Amino acid sequence: MSAPSPMPADLNPRLVKTLDYTGSERLTMNMGPQHPSAHGVFRAILTLEGEQVVAVDAVIGYLHRCHEKLAETLTYAQYPSIASKTDYVAAMTSELAYVMAAERLAKIEVPKRAEYLRVAVAELQRVASHCLWLGTWCMDMGGALGGGATVFLYCIRERELVLDLFESLTGARLLYGFHQVGGVRYDVPEGWAAECRKTIDLIESRILEYEAMLEDNTFFRMRTEGVGVISRELALDVGIGGPLLRASGVAFDLRRAQPYSSYQDFDFNVPVETAGDCFARYQVRMVEFRESIKIVRQILDGLPEGPISSRPGLKSVAQVRVPKGEMYARVEGPRGEVGCYLIGDGGAKPYRMKWRGASFSNLAVLPHIIPGHSVADVVAIMGSVDPVFGEVDR
Amino acid sequence: MSNLHPALIGLISGGVLLGALAGLVAYVTLLERKFAARLQSRVGPYRVGPHGLLQPIADAVKLLLKEDLVPAEADRRIFNLAPVVFLVPCLLIFATIPFAPGLGVADLNIGILFFMAVSSMEIVGLFMAGWSSNNKYALLSAMRAVNQIISYDLPFIMAALVPVLLAGSLRLSDIAAAQEGLWFVFYPVIGQLGFLAFVIASVAAENRVPFDILEAESELVAGFRVEYSGMKFALIQLGEYAHVLGTSFLGALLFLGAWSGPGPAWLGPGWFLLKALGIFLLITWVRWSFIRIRVDQILQISWKVLLPLTVLLVAATAITIVLRGASGG
Amino acid sequence: MTDADIRARIAEFPDAVVGAIDAAIVVTVPVAQWAVFARFAKDTLGCTYFSFLSAVDWKDDNLEVVAWIDQPDSGTAVLMRTRLGVGVTTCPSLVPVYRGAEWMERECFDMFGIHFDGHPDLRRMLLPDDWVGHPLLKSYAVDTPYPPYR
Repeated sequence: MSAPSPMPADLNPRLVKTLDYTGSERLTMNMGPQHPSAHGVFRAILTLEGEQVVAVDAVIGYLHRCHEKLAETLTYAQYPSIASKTDYVAAMTSELAYVMAAERLAKIEVPKRAEYLRVAVAELQRVASHCLWLGTWCMDMGGALGGGATVFLYCIRERELVLDLFESLTGARLLYGFHQVGGVRYDVPEGWAAECRKTIDLIESRILEYEAMLEDNTFFRMRTEGVGVISRELALDVGIGGPLLRASGVAFDLRRAQPYSSYQDFDFNVPVETAGDCFARYQVRMVEFRESIKIVRQILDGLPEGPISSRPGLKSVAQVRVPKGEMYARVEGPRGEVGCYLIGDGGAKPYRMKWRGASFSNLAVLPHIIPGHSVADVVAIMGSVDPVFGEVDR
Repeated sequence: MSNLHPALIGLISGGVLLGALAGLVAYVTLLERKFAARLQSRVGPYRVGPHGLLQPIADAVKLLLKEDLVPAEADRRIFNLAPVVFLVPCLLIFATIPFAPGLGVADLNIGILFFMAVSSMEIVGLFMAGWSSNNKYALLSAMRAVNQIISYDLPFIMAALVPVLLAGSLRLSDIAAAQEGLWFVFYPVIGQLGFLAFVIASVAAENRVPFDILEAESELVAGFRVEYSGMKFALIQLGEYAHVLGTSFLGALLFLGAWSGPGPAWLGPGWFLLKALGIFLLITWVRWSFIRIRVDQILQISWKVLLPLTVLLVAATAITIVLRGASGG
Repeated sequence: MTDADIRARIAEFPDAVVGAIDAAIVVTVPVAQWAVFARFAKDTLGCTYFSFLSAVDWKDDNLEVVAWIDQPDSGTAVLMRTRLGVGVTTCPSLVPVYRGAEWMERECFDMFGIHFDGHPDLRRMLLPDDWVGHPLLKSYAVDTPYPPYR
């Protein structure tokens, strides 16, 4: 195989939307893969006229590990721990999508206690993920040496409390390996429920503090209102999900529309805003904090007894033979719809697994909405879109 | 002492001031870091020396030992000269500030005019740094900087004119002496508004958050100083902090009565330092609490809000003085 | 449109073979009707939400392109699929219908080598531009070396 050619010609990126030429000089600037606010490895080739962005070419793939090919080589028992590495900030929901797809295809029953535990960790994970979102977004807008860092450190402090809960439950802080085909791997230890209640009470009180700190702040409002408006039609067409979709006026939440894993047993609201700008997305996520905490309280109050897996003991690591067929399991992750399209062929390994990452579709909307804003708004918009590049690149 | 050649006196006092300044600026960075840490529920520098007191020295040694990089395509002479051109005005502003009645390097009778004029010179150094780095981020930042600093120097000067009018002199020691009875900040309405406008304009003119769009790390990755490392970076940092401190001293002098305070006269410089640090901490507090706003919003605030208000303020002060002169004596 | 209406209308679509996965409708259409069905689904059935588009390599049974769309009001989900012919690697593009197909089709091109007619900007998405080969094809071994990346 010959040596690869030198850096490819991306000097003329084809641009989704380019604003009309107004006459001033155009500058091509790279917001490169190494950048304090790229949220991971992301390259945006911006074409600027003065301070205004007229076109964006998004280059991704710096974190590509080809999960889809990898899944064809790993059994259904081996892969869930790897699935968490797609959306590594919300690992619980990532694992859930894969495991649900395998269970539905193989028609494996999941015990009630396991379902409730799955929902509990998914909602706690949503709280932790939104804490990280708020912190990094404010840090992007406010500077790593400045007011943004203050909000970041407060949010990380809260996130650490939730991660402590996960650590006592599964042994890991970030990437868990908690789900397995047939149920969950770990049961709640002694005192976990009490600790959990204390933590979510504390987080709920602190969220009020952050809301007051941010919403009363004129600078915050100036930076976020009217910025990065995604219209309802664009939102549906591109297929963005989660808080982005709900902030643009579409009341589509998979936990409500297509309930999975016992979500139909719980009482919670789905926030919807119509403005479609960064501030609307912020408001949706702040309400989601509270709703997730509500769900966790309901679970802690009514956790049923029983086994935590329908394939306990040695069977949990044994091979699962999934019959021929296809299945698409979707989960409402903190960023949107995380889905696993699985095709089984009767063996212990999938024939084809397609991972639908929420951030991949969310990011696809950037070239449509960024042109027309200034460079400073690019970071505000990217932060409110909240991409995680493990999901984008897989 | 007084029979020494005046040039020699100037040299010695300048040297003493520079030395004191270097030490003060270094420890002011530590103060800021500790203060910021407490705001963020953490401890700040703790391990280097007792409670982190040797941290600034460690930082200085580190910066001295770093490799001095010059980008290949950069304009070498301007690149090397820019930190110096940036630093010199920032240090020179201290020349006219009297730390006690009669204790200053050069108590010019156009003191405040000199201060304003010289402190605006740093823009030249800033732009030289941004331009010569051969880096789009640096260039973008330098362009924003020129825009912003020029826009905010006007309200800064207008706000500083209020105490000048009230004291009736451009000489800084006269302004300080005129506050023996009542600090200018306590003058009804005019004093408070003037002080507020002064602080806001100075924060913006020094590129501190929330107006630090030009070095917005999360967008422009350190802006105009992105290509600097080692001692040149240290010089730029020194210049920035010296400028902030200089404006804090000026603010303390113009509005907070400089060296007047309870206790014997030799405590005067101590009070002065305390007041200046108070203003510095106020600026720092704002820095660690707010997110930054976009450059077009910054310029809107300056031209549409701050400048008209400060012009009105100066006019009001002038009217007050005329009325006071007409009624009182 | 209600769920029952959608099912009835799909059954009327010429050359469509209808199946099911749980509650979702699976529609198999020939390649020539791929973009036509997508337009029908978006305009007539109201399936305005585009979830994903991907492909499957069935080895001897050729390539297959699948897409998942939703109708947000009634909650109906539709999986549309089409089997490409022997040795055929081109397929009509859905970009004129759904803008979300743009990145998804680029990824399919990257991973399977399927060329989408009518795509405005078909170039590799996740892999470097100078990569040779299409990894998700069954003929591409998992441990294929590619200097300097591995």
